[in-house]
Amino acid sequence: MKFFGFAAGVAATLTLFSTTSAFAVTQISWWHAMTGANAEVVDKISKDFNASQSDYELVPVFKGTYPETLNAGIAAFRAGQAPDILQVFDVGTGVMMAAEGAIKPVAEVMTGAGMTFDKSQYLPGIVGYYSKPDGTMLSFPYNSSSPILYYNKDIFQKAGLDVNSPPKTWNELWEAAKKIKTSGAASCGYTSTWLTWIHLENFAAWNDVSWATQQNGLAGGDVELKINAPIFVNHFQALADLAKDGTFKYGGRTSEAKQIFLAGECGIFTESSGGLGDIVKSGMNYGIGQLPYDTDAKGAPQNTTPGGASLWVFGNKSDEQYKGVAAFFAYLSKTDVQEYLHQKSGYLPVTLAAYEATKKSGFYEKNPGRETPILQMTGKAPTDNSKGVRLPNLPQVRDIQNEELEKMLAGQQTAQQALDNAVTRGNAAIKEALEN
Amino acid sequence: MGDPWIAREISLSPRIVFPHKILPYLLVAPQLAITLVFFYWPAGQALYQSMLRQDPFGLRSRFVWFANFRKVLADPAYLNSIQVTVVFSLATAIVAMGVALLLAVMAEKAVRGKGLYRTLLIWPYAVAPAIAGMLWLFLFNPSIGSLAYLLRSLGIAWDPLLNGTHAMILLVSAAAWKQISYNFLFFVAGLQAVPKTLIEAAAMDGAGETKRFWTIVFPLLAPTTFFLLVVNTVYALFDTFGIVHAVTGGGPGKTTETLVYKVYNDGFVNLILGDSAAQSVILMAIVIALTAIQFRYVERKVHYG
Repeated sequence: MKFFGFAAGVAATLTLFSTTSAFAVTQISWWHAMTGANAEVVDKISKDFNASQSDYELVPVFKGTYPETLNAGIAAFRAGQAPDILQVFDVGTGVMMAAEGAIKPVAEVMTGAGMTFDKSQYLPGIVGYYSKPDGTMLSFPYNSSSPILYYNKDIFQKAGLDVNSPPKTWNELWEAAKKIKTSGAASCGYTSTWLTWIHLENFAAWNDVSWATQQNGLAGGDVELKINAPIFVNHFQALADLAKDGTFKYGGRTSEAKQIFLAGECGIFTESSGGLGDIVKSGMNYGIGQLPYDTDAKGAPQNTTPGGASLWVFGNKSDEQYKGVAAFFAYLSKTDVQEYLHQKSGYLPVTLAAYEATKKSGFYEKNPGRETPILQMTGKAPTDNSKGVRLPNLPQVRDIQNEELEKMLAGQQTAQQALDNAVTRGNAAIKEALEN
Repeated sequence: MGDPWIAREISLSPRIVFPHKILPYLLVAPQLAITLVFFYWPAGQALYQSMLRQDPFGLRSRFVWFANFRKVLADPAYLNSIQVTVVFSLATAIVAMGVALLLAVMAEKAVRGKGLYRTLLIWPYAVAPAIAGMLWLFLFNPSIGSLAYLLRSLGIAWDPLLNGTHAMILLVSAAAWKQISYNFLFFVAGLQAVPKTLIEAAAMDGAGETKRFWTIVFPLLAPTTFFLLVVNTVYALFDTFGIVHAVTGGGPGKTTETLVYKVYNDGFVNLILGDSAAQSVILMAIVIALTAIQFRYVERKVHYG
């Protein structure tokens, strides 16, 4: 903690220097939320960027968890001390977008520095999510992930399931989960992290059904949630029924369920592709499959949406600073940098060239499953239902959804009631947020 | 939190008058400056913010008078939060004080190793709230917790992640456990002040142990009990954010969202600054009212031996 405080102080002092005196080197501050192996990646990339040129110095500063980093950025902006670059998680995207006067779109930063920003070089699913409806790129995708299915091969074997074919549809998954439970292969069949992200937002995109009006909020304006449509109700009723006898086990609102899967309690698990590292480390005999889809959906499987975080640039900085930021983003887009980031951190590469290069290197043959989230996200061109979701107050709406789903899983209400309540309460909250 | 009261109880010494006119003000000035900067200024800011509607970045703001207060007070989630807070605070205060009193009485009776018992019982007070929360969270984690395993083998379907009552029990246990040591310390001191002669006289008149406790010891402990009631209520109301944050995060549903946690959640997670500020102003009013009531009315009825 002390160290971070010190680092923040140093960064603040350096920023001050860079704006007031005629230093040859322009300092670029980057506030991020990366820990562990991912923090090492940030440091390595920054060091390499600084060594690659002599005009700019990138100063990364750790600011805590994702929400803490976002809050630090907001507080700093209000105090007139905003950093140049702020890492904001997917859920905060709408918050940043609504702050038009506070941020500078990445597309403008790049063209302002005399660089061309060729969107066709980047993975379309990711670029689409971080763009305005008119296609202007707003933030730079730094770390992206997508939900996939993991399964415990030992438990599958014990339950008499085929260890080489994980369930492809939700119905297959329910059956497999029941079999795991009834055969006694494990005490629970299925668990999942992030119900809101995986079972609502990605469920909608993957099955090509609407999560909310206005292209799930990407087109802006008055957004109304659509998550009480029959396909969602049926899905969650099935989940609630499985929860009754413990075939489905709830772990918590974020990634707590990972413990349950790692402890060998459940046989099947849906979680972010970014969660692979811990599963590999546990030494489990695991397998990876695509996120299941709903057989009632005509367009399924469509494509999944990115989670993770992107880099936002604050407004009202000097041209010199923007040039430095642009230089850093150009560096970050380089194939070898992206390859390193992808292979080391487990996040997706954001450029097609880096993906191709990783493929050629034989990385995916050695690490099967690493390609699954990319294939899921790039399999089909995204539709209006599958570019992602965006709301000015997504954290609050997710909270509301979690509360209603928890009541449902505790047996206090049906799936229909839970989703109806989530829609009513969510819509009211969205309306209020738009008024502000 | 409890320190100013301790100071007040101790400093009942004769009045000392300074001959100077300016010196007292100078001596008080640093404290006043600190109070101004760290209390009045932020409190004023909160009051102002509570009448604004603003986007997170402060780019657009509107002055709305008391609209935020009306909204907050009409919000069923806020009323729920008040109920949660009352249940949580009462349960925490009662459990923390009850257990501490029992332990203090038992430790008093110990013939050997009194000091050791006392030291061991006081230790948990040194644990930070968030760490205390994590300890309990691990012990009662449905998957990996050892106590959760015990409960399950007893046939109890322990699930604080979905069962609101279980979550509340977990929270109260963690919050009370943390406070027991502090209460224990004061009860031990209080018990030592009870005149032995009274107890011996009662014993000779044939009063049993239970009778002696309830008719002599407990009434004489009233000042200590009252003081601890104030401290424990204030603790449960305002000092348990770390525990709630670490153990339940307000869930499942909103069954453990206390008033303080809701201020944080609305302000720092949901970024609705006006509502959050209005709630903190209401909290400030509650503290002022509580303190006034406790010292005006309850204190009068307490017999200070």
